[in-house]
Amino acid sequence: MLNPTICKMVVEAPRVAAAALPGQFLIVRTDEKGERIPLTISDYDRERGTVTIVIQPIGASTRLMVDAYSAGDSFADVVGPLGNASDFVHMSEEELKGRSYIFIGGGLGTAPVYPQVKWLHEHGVPVDVIVGARTKDLLIYEEELSSACDNLYMCTDDGSYGFKGVGTAQLEALVAEGKKYTNAVAIGPMIMMKFSTLTCKKLNIPIMVSMNTLMVDGTGMCGACRLSVGGVTKFACVDGPEFDGYLVDFDEAMRRSAQYKAEEGLANGK
Amino acid sequence: MANRIPRVPVREQDPKVRAHNFEEVCYGYNMEEAMLEASRCLHCKNPRCVTACPVGVKIPDFIERIVAGDIAGAAAKIAEDSSLPAVCGRVCPQETQCEGSCVLGVKFEPVSIGKLERFVADNAPAAEKVAAPKGGHKVAIIGSGPAGLACASDLAKAGCDVTIFEALHKAGGVLEYGIPEFRLPKEKVLKRELDSVRALGVKIETDVIVGRTVSIDDLMDKEGFEAVFVGTGAGLPKFMGIPGENLNGVFSANEFLTRNNLMKAFLDDYRTPIHAGRKVCVVGGGNVAMDAARTALRLGADTTIVYRRTEVELPARKEEVHHAKEEGIEFSMLTNPIEILGDEKGWVRALRCVRMELGEPDASGRRSPVPVPGSEFEIETETVIMALGTSPNPLISRTTPGLEVTKRGGLVADEAGATTRPGIFAGGDAVTGAATVILAMGAGRKAAAAIKDYLKI
Repeated sequence: MLNPTICKMVVEAPRVAAAALPGQFLIVRTDEKGERIPLTISDYDRERGTVTIVIQPIGASTRLMVDAYSAGDSFADVVGPLGNASDFVHMSEEELKGRSYIFIGGGLGTAPVYPQVKWLHEHGVPVDVIVGARTKDLLIYEEELSSACDNLYMCTDDGSYGFKGVGTAQLEALVAEGKKYTNAVAIGPMIMMKFSTLTCKKLNIPIMVSMNTLMVDGTGMCGACRLSVGGVTKFACVDGPEFDGYLVDFDEAMRRSAQYKAEEGLANGK
Repeated sequence: MANRIPRVPVREQDPKVRAHNFEEVCYGYNMEEAMLEASRCLHCKNPRCVTACPVGVKIPDFIERIVAGDIAGAAAKIAEDSSLPAVCGRVCPQETQCEGSCVLGVKFEPVSIGKLERFVADNAPAAEKVAAPKGGHKVAIIGSGPAGLACASDLAKAGCDVTIFEALHKAGGVLEYGIPEFRLPKEKVLKRELDSVRALGVKIETDVIVGRTVSIDDLMDKEGFEAVFVGTGAGLPKFMGIPGENLNGVFSANEFLTRNNLMKAFLDDYRTPIHAGRKVCVVGGGNVAMDAARTALRLGADTTIVYRRTEVELPARKEEVHHAKEEGIEFSMLTNPIEILGDEKGWVRALRCVRMELGEPDASGRRSPVPVPGSEFEIETETVIMALGTSPNPLISRTTPGLEVTKRGGLVADEAGATTRPGIFAGGDAVTGAATVILAMGAGRKAAAAIKDYLKI
């Protein structure tokens, strides 16, 4: 457990670990009767053949994952990596030159920030990270991130640790101090990515967001993950999961995410 | 005279009862019925039914063995050309293929070839396990649907060391995620068919997404596969491009059916959520539309099929249309959706449609529907399911250099299945776009023959 609600798991999946890149996700099916749960990859170790995932129980299936599985257990299925890697992974040194990144990780979304930050840091790209949570107990990945980036800023809504306020307020404060960023990436709850985008628009920083939509197969077959990007329907699993935040219709995406809430309630009671 | 015997009817579950369960609709023939029906075959010297079968099953020959009571012999005869007889007997569009070409059908009713094939497959003893060939040519098959299974079977029979890579957690492709239990029982029928493919020595590795988990180039360069067959099937679901398609309560048929079939949402003890509601409209007229509608009905919804042409043009199998009607599904023909209307919370409220009429025949010879001006109307509904086909999945083409695609996104492949890269073959929906199980199997078999030539077997 990383904190009272968030749990980290290291999963043996050699084929997935061998192919994983920052920005990608995988799908876990705990048992024969479980859902296919999409989870962003938080780290990978090609030599040991493992991938790291971080889970917060929200629905019935993630609850079961955290409650019923502990070290040494196996899941029925782990499939991936899915989705496209972050755009910078495919850029040349020339293209990366002159870039400086600010990452905003919200809650659970802090974990998948880590492999991206690590990658950029290793490739000599300046990268700062803002991590936000409601309160001190809910902050995660401080230790991992502190050694993988240039500057780490921890924030809590209630001021119990680090900067008092939300991540976007911290970003505005940093820019006001004279910090310059050419690119931003936000990963977290959709509402947080929406507000990060609004702030970045104001600050004139392009921003990528990682869309954790509903999904069934994750390979481009079911269309459950569709969202509007610049007025065009895209599929998060094959076209994403990362999109230009300026173009994403967050309100529609949030509404669509709640689509199975009534049925989920039933499953929780099962 | 054999043809004096009328076509033997097949026993089915009562429509009123089956509208509320997911058990198989059709019970199939028993021995007595099958032998009587088999006796109707005229054993034409030049059997048109065989020519009309995409995999060329020797139909009169297997029927002759049923007449003689030799079911194992009939099964062996079918197995020479088809690896999935229990599936094909259930889901092939026989009326446009074998049965549509049956000479008896000119004056009387054609021999019930599909039901006989099914009878043989269901009643033959399980296939004996063959030891996996050692030292054979290594061939990778991508996708465990009908195309991949047919290709794998033929190659295994030729002594190849065949591995099928499947992206989902269960093998079978569309047979698993797409076709519902009431038309193709998974445990009783599909599992048995897959077992008989495995019995030929074919290995099936699930949870491997070629193009993501591993690339085709890795398979060929690092894992030693000498040839690859791409049978990845249907791709991204198509939508109409009308306003309201991203409202809550609008699903692709692929999502709806995958939740229900692969993920077993209809069973209480599975955790998969599914949303049907009280009233469902399914847009489209193919087999997938029928499957989605009949699934929604079984989940308790009043269901309407909305199709822009008339019943005559419905591309679905006749039997599915007939069954759907018996079960109480409404058919709103010559109806085309123009907008999906939502409530204040962003959920579907109604489907706004326009009446259509058939105009001049188009290039395909079909009369194309044109809207009747001023005929707009609304159908109240909670759920809209789009069953309009799919466009090819870009995963393989994007991650395999040198593999060309057509303007519509399908892989470029010649008649034999050879793509634009040596050693890589393709067939089925990944090439043609949405078609049928049996056409995919036909393409798989052709590609297997081409792969044998390529490997000089």
